[in-house]
Amino acid sequence: MKNKLFWPLVTLAVLLLANLIHNHDFFSITIQDGHLFGSLIDILNRAAPLVLISIGMTFVIATKGIDLSVGSVVSITGAMACLIISKGDGSSMSVLFTALGISLLLALAAGAWNGLLVSLLGIQPIVATLILMVAGRGVAQLITDGQILTISSKPYSFIGAGYLFGLPFSIYIIAFFFIIASVLTRKTAVGLFIESVGTNPTASRLAGIRSGLIIFIVYVLCSFLSGISGFILSSNVSSADGNNAGLWYELDAILAVVIGGNSLNGGRFYLSGTIVGALIIQTLTTSIYSMGVPPEVTLVVKSVVVLVVCLIQSEAFGSVFAARRRKRDKAAKQGVSA
Amino acid sequence: MDEKKHRLIMDRISKHFPGVKALTNVSFRMFPGEIHVLMGQNGAGKSTLIKVLTGVYSIDSGEIRLDDKEIRAQSPLEAQELGISTVYQEVNLCTNLTVSENIFIGREPMKRGRIDWKEMHAEAKVLLKRLNVDIDPTKQLGEYSVAIQQMVAIARALNISAKILILDEPTSSLDSNEVNELFKVMRKLKSEGLAILFVTHFLDQVYEMSDRITILRNGEFVGEYKAEELSRMELVSKMIGKEMDEMEQVQELVESHSSIGHQSPFLETKQLARKGSIERFDLKLYPGEILSLAGLLGSGRTEIARILFGADRADQGELKIKGRSVNLKSPRIAIDNGIAFCPENRKSEAIIDDLTIRENIILAMQASLGIFKYLPKKKQTEFADEYIKLLNIKAPGPETLIKNLSGGNQQKVILGRWLLTNPDLLILDEPTRGIDVGAKAEIMKQMGLLCQKGMSILFISSELEEVVRTSHRIAILRDRHKIAEIDNHNVSQQDIMKAIAGGVPNEK
Amino acid sequence: MNVFKLDRRYFPILVTVALFIVMFAAGSIEYNGFFSLQVFLNLLIDNAFLLITAVGMTFVIITGGIDLSVGSMIAFTTMLSATLVQNHHWSPWVVIPFVLLVGSFFGWSMGCLIQYFKLQPFIVTLAGMFLARGLCYLISIESITIDNEWYKTVSQTKVYLFGKNYISISVIIALVVVAAAIYIAHFTKFGRNVYALGGSEQSSLLMGLPVARTKVLVYTLSGFCSSLAGVVFTFYMLSGYGLHAVGMELDTIAAVVIGGTLLTGGTGYVVGTIFGVLIQGIIQTLIMFQGTLSSWWTKIAIGMLLFLFILLQKVFISRKKKSGAAA
Repeated sequence: MKNKLFWPLVTLAVLLLANLIHNHDFFSITIQDGHLFGSLIDILNRAAPLVLISIGMTFVIATKGIDLSVGSVVSITGAMACLIISKGDGSSMSVLFTALGISLLLALAAGAWNGLLVSLLGIQPIVATLILMVAGRGVAQLITDGQILTISSKPYSFIGAGYLFGLPFSIYIIAFFFIIASVLTRKTAVGLFIESVGTNPTASRLAGIRSGLIIFIVYVLCSFLSGISGFILSSNVSSADGNNAGLWYELDAILAVVIGGNSLNGGRFYLSGTIVGALIIQTLTTSIYSMGVPPEVTLVVKSVVVLVVCLIQSEAFGSVFAARRRKRDKAAKQGVSA
Repeated sequence: MDEKKHRLIMDRISKHFPGVKALTNVSFRMFPGEIHVLMGQNGAGKSTLIKVLTGVYSIDSGEIRLDDKEIRAQSPLEAQELGISTVYQEVNLCTNLTVSENIFIGREPMKRGRIDWKEMHAEAKVLLKRLNVDIDPTKQLGEYSVAIQQMVAIARALNISAKILILDEPTSSLDSNEVNELFKVMRKLKSEGLAILFVTHFLDQVYEMSDRITILRNGEFVGEYKAEELSRMELVSKMIGKEMDEMEQVQELVESHSSIGHQSPFLETKQLARKGSIERFDLKLYPGEILSLAGLLGSGRTEIARILFGADRADQGELKIKGRSVNLKSPRIAIDNGIAFCPENRKSEAIIDDLTIRENIILAMQASLGIFKYLPKKKQTEFADEYIKLLNIKAPGPETLIKNLSGGNQQKVILGRWLLTNPDLLILDEPTRGIDVGAKAEIMKQMGLLCQKGMSILFISSELEEVVRTSHRIAILRDRHKIAEIDNHNVSQQDIMKAIAGGVPNEK
Repeated sequence: MNVFKLDRRYFPILVTVALFIVMFAAGSIEYNGFFSLQVFLNLLIDNAFLLITAVGMTFVIITGGIDLSVGSMIAFTTMLSATLVQNHHWSPWVVIPFVLLVGSFFGWSMGCLIQYFKLQPFIVTLAGMFLARGLCYLISIESITIDNEWYKTVSQTKVYLFGKNYISISVIIALVVVAAAIYIAHFTKFGRNVYALGGSEQSSLLMGLPVARTKVLVYTLSGFCSSLAGVVFTFYMLSGYGLHAVGMELDTIAAVVIGGTLLTGGTGYVVGTIFGVLIQGIIQTLIMFQGTLSSWWTKIAIGMLLFLFILLQKVFISRKKKSGAAA
């Protein structure tokens, strides 16, 4: 079996090596005030929100769907959490947990909304999630009243900026959810059902799978993980920006999923591939930044990467080459027989 | 007739797809002013032959001559330009456009560089009049019935000055009045010298309309006959053919065990029906019994199977399982009631191509267990190995992707999937279609063994040989009606063919 | 075959038009100075670029596709125009045809990828969206202000109609585009092929229509429209900037959908799109007149409208299917 992880890993390695050549200290990790510092740690830390969202997006894409609303959900939960904390005592744990709880409920509601539109009403996923993508930003701005809401809360900022045992706390968060997601796909039937529904919805229904329920669940999961990312992002900067928080995340997440070797046509999915995909994107961003190129240029690179990966996945592209090879083989054969 | 000039000759056409020989040396010819019916079971090669003629597929060998000139259409468009037009079973028009556009699109009348709508509507009106259709051509096609849409498709075909009109199962979704209207038009066109290739599964229609009949079986040419010289019996037997001799064993199995009658039925239907797919039918399925549904394609076989599995909902009548009235709203509910279903269309409705044999086998059982009671992988592999062995599935191992298996082995995997759920009723819709002889025999053998163990089996097959040999009772279907039920005591294939062909008066 | 049946095809459009009239009436009753020709004309002036983009998008959506690159294409066009005029001192008469060509080429390339490599329109145009935005920043990270006299003149010219009421040159361009689009959609073979393609690609192929060419051309047209919108946007802002028109693709899609075009393809009218754009404009105007509501209510309102119209489409389609089966 060809390992799907091979190319993503090679890409990541090449990127890291390129950085090493450019900057010889790239791999070095130092300890300051008991915290580990270094580019690698930095990449992991910054990749955290994307990794989480991409995990959710992987599930959604595996069912032949797409979720465009993740960026909006990020801004909504970030805004809600900051709003509640700003109204209460920033250092109180109960305020913190109320804030997280209510915000996550909002994220779940958003996921349920998407899930219902897709599974119950049968609206195409792009369209269904487009609604929340548009309106969600409005809701986030409504929550923050259009301002950038700045808060000072030690416990909250710990989520995205704190350190535990020398490592950024967000790394523990992604490790935790990665493990949960892996357990969910390996130790329960969720993974099997998602792949089955994504490959052949009709056959899955005839095998007795409740396809609608599975589709509903993946959208809820995706929104939930986006919600968590919202906390990481807003707590990292101790503020909520309804307009710009989580901007472009839907695209990055789709990109991470695709780079990780997952097909946009649904079916088999590779969570670890997605993680590598997300890390590739973050490494790319970091390296472009460290090379002094304006970070916005990453967009150009990303677009080229998306196209190349999709082209390689596309059957039509493959058949063009297969046809050429066949022709060549044929020619060779004729050469032999002649 | 033979002294007349040929309109079309297709001479020894062969076409194969990877792994399948779709057509082997098939010949076919047409004269002007005749209706020629092409007949054959599913997979006999009818649609391949039509697609070859209309330029959808290219041929491997053979020759096609139209009016004595060799042609080789590379696309439907080229075929149309040569005068070969097709009206497909599912109307291939755009329902979102107007009627007249559907007739003219691609060749719209232009005036000063713009589409001349007035002219187009007027011409459409004239064309449709010729077909006895009086509708408003400015309306969207989707507003009209399928019958009208079919007429519009014919109008489009004629407008391209057709020499040959191919009607691919045009009547399958029409009611009898609409069929009569269509036939009137067909007769008119025939009298105008058009050659019409007519594909249908309805025997009455074949004899009502056809001048000559060509029969295909398994991609091979069986023969060409004048309609008046071929009896219904002969027609059916030539279509169905006689194959498979290695089923003695199965027959013994079934015969050694025919102990029904005094038990109560597992499933019983009373006047169950679904509009547009099957008329009211009564059916009783007993444990330890194989009931076959015999009938041609489109007779309502699959429709009954789908209703009993909850894949489609019945809109009237009652269904009882073990004496209890049940509403089978979804496959999930049917499965929970002990029903299993191997659908006819393996590729699109049964197998999950991207998954392994193991995953495909445990899928239905896991679906019943739910999300959280996940079978451990070791257990899954055990199950998979068990069924690979039991059903003699030829594969490197349980982790092989199902899409890499042959049709017969895929079918066995699906059978394994359902056997694992240990159902009370197993519905097999054409389980033997398109698979090799060895796998066929194996599946038949399993059926015998399973019913011996007390399972109730509903079996659908176009192969009458299989039906006769395996079943205890046979329900005969024709034109979406259940018309008879026969106890299988020394019933011959002939008897069944007669019943299918309409020789048996309705006895019920 | 009664009159009501004929109306059903136009039903989604009628809803849109009615909605616009109701909103305009409500605004007129509620707020002083709302009911004036100029308020209406301002809708056009402020949304000319949206209208032009939406016209191109209408064609794409009628074929059953989608183009997510339009917003970025607008930004890229403003940027390219600005740098050519400002830094390279090209004449506007060269710059404008040039950027239009670039936009069309951009659309054409995406169309080719979609058609010939069977890639999903959504992912290809998503990549296009990234690419166009990224290219902006390759030119410059900062905004480039245009102080070219010609651009300024075009930008500030008011074309007076009926006394004091005026429109801008951009509006004239937009109206010409709309007129051309209506002509193309209804009186050319290409236009009808677009509808056929959206009705059923399979049928179109079997009917012998030039499916490949039509599809590629539709994306080319959308690329052309969005770069033309970019030109108009340059007049409007008098600057080029990579952050111009962020999220415009969504506004455009929303306008098209609210205008009654079915996202599944096959049905839609350019006229409807005009009203879709006007409705978006009037929501903004209403919120402005209201005074206390903040601008983000626009997004929420548009999201809700989008939902309602998609729901309406769903009902419309399923009703149609049912009637087709029963007939």
